[in-house]
Amino acid sequence: MTATNSQATPEAIALDSRSRQLRRLIARTLAAGGRGHLGAAFSIVEILRVLYDDVMKYDARNPRWPDRDRFILSKGHGCLALYAVLADKGFFPEAELWKFCASNGILGGHPEYGKVPGVEASTGSLGHGFSFGVGFALAAKLDGRGHRVFVVLGDGECSEGAIWEAALCASKHKLDHLTLLIDYNKQQTYGTIAEVQGLEPLAAKWEAFGFSVREVNGHDVDALKRALAAVPLAARKPTAIICHTIKGKGVSFTEGNLSWHHRTRVSATEAASLLAAIGTE
Amino acid sequence: MRQTSLNMVYELAKRDPRVVFIGSDLGPDTLKQLKAELPNQFLMEGVSEANIVTMAAGLALEGKIPYVNTIASFLTRRCFEQIVLDLGLHKTKVRLIGSGGGLVYAPLGPTHQATDDIAILRAVPNMTILAPADADEMRRLMLQTLEVDGPVYIRLGKGGDPIVSRADLPCEIGRAIPIREGRDALIVTTGICLQVALEAAVELEKQGVSAAVLHVHTLKPLDAAAIFEKAAQVPAILTIEEHTLVGGLGSAVAEILAEANFNPAKRFKRIGIPDVFPDQYGSQAGLMKRYGITASAAAAAVLSALKTARQETPTTTYCGS
Repeated sequence: MTATNSQATPEAIALDSRSRQLRRLIARTLAAGGRGHLGAAFSIVEILRVLYDDVMKYDARNPRWPDRDRFILSKGHGCLALYAVLADKGFFPEAELWKFCASNGILGGHPEYGKVPGVEASTGSLGHGFSFGVGFALAAKLDGRGHRVFVVLGDGECSEGAIWEAALCASKHKLDHLTLLIDYNKQQTYGTIAEVQGLEPLAAKWEAFGFSVREVNGHDVDALKRALAAVPLAARKPTAIICHTIKGKGVSFTEGNLSWHHRTRVSATEAASLLAAIGTE
Repeated sequence: MRQTSLNMVYELAKRDPRVVFIGSDLGPDTLKQLKAELPNQFLMEGVSEANIVTMAAGLALEGKIPYVNTIASFLTRRCFEQIVLDLGLHKTKVRLIGSGGGLVYAPLGPTHQATDDIAILRAVPNMTILAPADADEMRRLMLQTLEVDGPVYIRLGKGGDPIVSRADLPCEIGRAIPIREGRDALIVTTGICLQVALEAAVELEKQGVSAAVLHVHTLKPLDAAAIFEKAAQVPAILTIEEHTLVGGLGSAVAEILAEANFNPAKRFKRIGIPDVFPDQYGSQAGLMKRYGITASAAAAAVLSALKTARQETPTTTYCGS
């Protein structure tokens, strides 16, 4: 186990213009649909931007390129962040964002394979995406292909038994081209993770299941880059990067605020407040 | 039938490198030849059905054709959401081979009896459901499974079931097989109950009743046209299945008959497992007898239906159990 790379806490990280730009896209998408899981999306913005800006190989104009790295958002309810990044990268026109959850749109409240270019598997019911990733990674290994697989798991999602079935399987097959990024914002729908179904000692659990583990500040872009540049952390072992994050990160009134986990009505005033709080370039 | 299905996986794996076998925790010699000759096409992944099914979906999205085998009750109940979302919704080419369909595992109790697998899987869009009558038909159907788009469930009967299917008749996934013609009644059946139906037809013939037998080896997509066409020709229809009466073959045929609005109405009865958990052990044959899934009970049901048909008096009797 490697200690946290960054000295800064998740709370102390000041967001740069790229992080604010993506959060503005998320807020505007939320406003367009009038609903969405905001907190879960804001906590993974830095994880996704580093993956798509600095780590993964892909071709937005050819999303099924066979040699691409595979990405799965196992915590599918965080899809607002994924949609913002995919639109930003040109997988689909930005105008699709403004049809979020609309009957004539491709972007639903959870991401769907076959509808959204760049989405490798439909997720939304928790505990499935990791096993999809194991299947992708195992196929690559059996065929001797070189692409990698990245899966973002929620912390609440780690209560699902299938996660630990998949962990045993990934470890058994020595899938060192498979990397898990656990969005450890320590909150779930009802309350804190500790209150609902505690996960500690989380790093030790992943180590015990045969993973190489690193803990990082999940909002520290440089720390994420360093961690992801170092994977696999050990040969013949899958990697788990525990990303310490803040649910709703980037806006003072959404940070750690459970009422922003999922909103079914977002007023124009609230949307304007979100955009104002995120700030401009 | 199980050994034939596994032999077929071996044959299919040899001819198509996309085929991958995935077992959960099967017997020590399971497909040892495949493991030895094609180790990259053999996986044994432990008692973890949820992970196995979704992992198989992931393999399928990468171009593999996984054949997953374990006990049918675990393969359908334990990981149902994985089947619905990761196989059905994604329309992945995963093949589920369920060992011990129906009451095969009678001595092991209700935990191991797959009495509701057809009902459960009928509700999954894009699913194909196969229930062969015997090992020969298993072989004919398995050969076609490589090409089916989307997931396939293959229900295995007991090993050593007598061969009653016919090599001389066309066997095509999605097409029911008229095994026997008849003008007085129609028996619709699936899986190993074809044998029961054929024996019932012989018994009926001795009593002057000519019963047709339609074998529905594919429960989904259901050959509704064949069922409608055969039903239209007779006054009474019986279904026989080794499965709960809730949502299986009988329910599917009832839906077709109800919407056909035949005039005069047909007499219709279903034979199968009532809405209970089996409360005895013993043998598959013993439990089938307990629930009236026998040739004599089937023949009696046909005679009873024909009697009411001839009287042409409406009946409101519930004949489901």
